[in-house]
Amino acid sequence: MKKFFGLIVAFAFGLMIILALRNMSGFPAYGDVNLAERISGSYFQSAIAELVGSANIVTSVVLGFRAFDTLGEVTVLFVSSLGVALILDFKHKKRMELAFKPNFMLKTASYILVSIILVVSFYMILHGHLSPGGGFPGGAMIASSVLLLYLADDQFRSKIQGFKILESAAGSLIVVIGLVGLVIGTAYFENFLNTGVIGNLLSAGIIPIIYVLIGLKVGSEIASVIDQFLTEEEKS
Amino acid sequence: MIQYAAIFLFALGFYGLFVNKNIIKLIVSLNVMEIGLFLFIISIGFVSDGIAPIVSSVDDLGLIYVDPIPQALVLTAIVIGVGTTALGLALSKNIFDTYHTLELDELEAIQ
Repeated sequence: MKKFFGLIVAFAFGLMIILALRNMSGFPAYGDVNLAERISGSYFQSAIAELVGSANIVTSVVLGFRAFDTLGEVTVLFVSSLGVALILDFKHKKRMELAFKPNFMLKTASYILVSIILVVSFYMILHGHLSPGGGFPGGAMIASSVLLLYLADDQFRSKIQGFKILESAAGSLIVVIGLVGLVIGTAYFENFLNTGVIGNLLSAGIIPIIYVLIGLKVGSEIASVIDQFLTEEEKS
Repeated sequence: MIQYAAIFLFALGFYGLFVNKNIIKLIVSLNVMEIGLFLFIISIGFVSDGIAPIVSSVDDLGLIYVDPIPQALVLTAIVIGVGTTALGLALSKNIFDTYHTLELDELEAIQ
């Protein structure tokens, strides 16, 4: 009975959304969008006029036009990793034991794979203003290498203290760079460095610097969340 | 048409929130809802024959780009989704350690 009622409610909910969106002037059909009417059109104008300097417009939106928004988002991730640590942290911890014993081949191969994953993730973070990718997926890749080491090596235990220092240093530096923009220029997170030529590695002013810091911060936060999940209280 | 698929995913997650009694399944339903929402937001910014919004300094070819703002918003939302999922899973791990069950019915019976 309850399942039937839930089905009715979910169906009515979906139907309501579809009916509300049909024939609405502010909601164009799929693929039928005029960018000149939207605010994104002006973003392309200022990118081509070399005001931003970032070839990837998504990055210039995330860290140029909406940098304050991104600061709030990084704060949300920080608070959630803090909450996980608050719930799962104990004083004496040991790592969770695996149900199988990893052999020598698996350990060696996973260490080789981890080095490749780390190199690719740093490439992604450094080229965040030029190509798809950037700090957030690159940081998730750094955390995935930590997870791989946890699963493939039964002796591995990450230094959680190092992650905490890295994370807080990167977070403070982001805020300090924003404040420098406020002091030198006119606005918080103003791009006070030379933007250079679009498409060069050293271009776009402070955007690559902030993206590297965000990548380190996201990577260390997700890695510390993984560490909290894969350790347990030591029963004495 | 893909927008209707996204709305269907959203409604499917909503249905899952209604009928499921397991905490892990509730978190998975929330994630399905989230993915529906991401697809919907991305589909708003799609322009026909558009390519990824990456410009170059020699750009005068009249290329068509898709809208970058929905992509930037979804980039933000994915990270926040990861954070909320991690927090929910941590809470459910604590519930399991204390009560040795994840079913909401059995949890109510214990109270």
